[in-house]
Amino acid sequence: MVSDAIMDKNQNKAQTGKPRRRRRPRPRFQMRVSTKYAPRKPPEGEALSCTTDTSLTPEQQVELYRYLQLTRLVEERLVNLYRQTKVVGGVFRSLGQEATAVGSAYALQPQDFVTPLIRDLGAVLVKGIRPRDIFAQYMAKAWGPSGGKDLNIHFGDMEKGFIGPISHLGDMIPVMTGLLLAARMQKKKFVAVAYIGDGGMSTGAFHEGLNFAAVQRLPLVVIAEHNQYAYSTPTSLQTAVRDLAEKATGYGIPAHIVDGNDVIACYEVTKNAAEYARRGGGAVLIEAKTYRRKGHAEHDDQRYVAEGEIEWWEKNNDPIDRCRRFLLDQKVATQKKLDEIVAEVTQLIDEDCAWAESSPLPDAEVAAYNVFDNNLVAPAFRPKVLES
Amino acid sequence: MSTAVKKEHKSPRPERGGQATLVEAIRQGIWEEMERDPTVFVIGQDVGVYGGAFKVTDGLIDHFGKERVIDTPISEGAIVGAACGAALMGMKPVAEFQFIDFISAGFDLLTNYAAKCRYRWGAGISAVFRGPCGSGVRAGPFHSLNAESFFLNTAGLKIVEPSTAYDAKGLIKAAIRDPDPVLFFEHKKLYRLPRLREQLPSDDYVVEIGKARIAREGRDLTIITFGAMVLTALDAAAELEREGLDVEVLDLRTLAPLDKPAFLTSVKKTNKAIVLHEASRTGGIGGEIAAILAEEAFEWLDAPVLRIGSLDTPVPYSPPLEDYYLPQIKDVVEAARKLAAY
Repeated sequence: MVSDAIMDKNQNKAQTGKPRRRRRPRPRFQMRVSTKYAPRKPPEGEALSCTTDTSLTPEQQVELYRYLQLTRLVEERLVNLYRQTKVVGGVFRSLGQEATAVGSAYALQPQDFVTPLIRDLGAVLVKGIRPRDIFAQYMAKAWGPSGGKDLNIHFGDMEKGFIGPISHLGDMIPVMTGLLLAARMQKKKFVAVAYIGDGGMSTGAFHEGLNFAAVQRLPLVVIAEHNQYAYSTPTSLQTAVRDLAEKATGYGIPAHIVDGNDVIACYEVTKNAAEYARRGGGAVLIEAKTYRRKGHAEHDDQRYVAEGEIEWWEKNNDPIDRCRRFLLDQKVATQKKLDEIVAEVTQLIDEDCAWAESSPLPDAEVAAYNVFDNNLVAPAFRPKVLES
Repeated sequence: MSTAVKKEHKSPRPERGGQATLVEAIRQGIWEEMERDPTVFVIGQDVGVYGGAFKVTDGLIDHFGKERVIDTPISEGAIVGAACGAALMGMKPVAEFQFIDFISAGFDLLTNYAAKCRYRWGAGISAVFRGPCGSGVRAGPFHSLNAESFFLNTAGLKIVEPSTAYDAKGLIKAAIRDPDPVLFFEHKKLYRLPRLREQLPSDDYVVEIGKARIAREGRDLTIITFGAMVLTALDAAAELEREGLDVEVLDLRTLAPLDKPAFLTSVKKTNKAIVLHEASRTGGIGGEIAAILAEEAFEWLDAPVLRIGSLDTPVPYSPPLEDYYLPQIKDVVEAARKLAAY
């Protein structure tokens, strides 16, 4: 490679007068994976906490704790509703990996966009979506943002910078790339964050989208949540790389590996990546190493998980335990303050859940509306039989 | 590594109106919309400096710049996805498939994302997905597709296919202004066909999506068709006229949503119908139209509704094979004679 470059240079010299390359060539790419905030073993006998290498104020650190609790408690309420058969579809938990979504979304500015996966409820809440919308969605209610037409977090709010995912993993990567292309034409400045999992990274859409974003040097931050399982499939059957961050090399973009259960580390890494993207550096890949403690959805018995594995993560590496320990050890908050937060969040959830439960189900004929703009195309009502 | 050298070649701005072939009409339409509305942009493979495989986008990059004429990697999924994302931001993408056969590689994002966004959360995707379709040009199994049937069963996609230069320009402009995703199929055999060269108006006109047109008036029999088969139908009608059979040719122009009133009115007048299309017969749009006629015009029918389509095979390459594959004028004439005997 190096000798090729020298030959090129000499040729250019020899043939003066020939048109020169117009675009500045890219610097020769070197694999760049930052491991500054990667998972580390704690000193012998010490429990895991969060990184102290942070620019967050104490108030912000406490707010992160609140979002972690909000996420977990909203999901626990959803499980209750599910067991009461009030949830129409499935319930998808982020138990044990809440810090990735919360910490990363918290690093963004209001004008930035996120597209979460089903296990990124935390990012949706940080972006300002109210729990009542989530409850109404899960219960297929008329007052939900999709009016009963779609499930869970499959909706969006352009004002708040939240674009809901669809079930087809990877598809949102090119969609976010398009958002950023539009922003460039509109002279708007924002960063887009797209979440993906160890399974979703195997899709063609993921590859096509990230490659295109990298070629166009668009400010796309892709957060790969390495939670070890895609439904029942372990990462070893998904990819031959050891660290998902290695895949960044194939796109010519830098990567970070972060401890996905350290909410503050997730914040710092995303902030760093978003700033790099915002400055014009282009796309970035973040691999967050974490663990999915629940099954794919509530019905999943997790028979494919080794014995003791879930329990180990619950006991030793729970993101909320770690955040609480950090806040108490650093004397950022007292246990009383943390208890008050849980009480406040619980009350919010009670109110929002009651609101959602009070919503009616949608009227049946709503199903016919909004396939197209109904000013131009009539709603798709069920045709009357043999009536003209 | 070679030094990239761009040839100094600038295509002039096309005149508004004037004599135009179908491909020139589409190019005029896109050009005028890009001038009228700064949110309109073009995205696809080789659409920039090269001007597209069929030169539909020729010259656009010189006039509108590479931010609005975006060359992409060979990634149809990325093209469709990026068009959707840009549409969410209020832009109006005109995305090109180099050949409509490659729409299969963007199928997921078209059918699951573009088609369902408005229904799911009210975010209509105002985007055009266009490209050359159609067989009869000896291009073989991968460059000859008629793709409409893949999408007719997906709610949320409009499908348009013009058969004249006038319609092509009016429909591409309407498609760009439409608030929903439009698949715009351009029959490559018609692109430069001298027969379709016509004088276009110099004013800013659109052809409404969802409206069929009568390509030829007649009393005895209706041929419902679209795209290049309109010409086959017109040629068959001319031959049948010599036999005293007065055939009406209805050009659907829009395949979704179908202009039911137009073909029901025509068949209620002529009482006999042939549905003619270039895609394979089984599962083709002909079956849908025949079913509608059976349900809603049963009492007006004097004969069975006949479907004429291509063979249920991939599109073959060699001329005798492809000619056998495709509906020919004589197939239409024979079918019409049989119907006339009822």
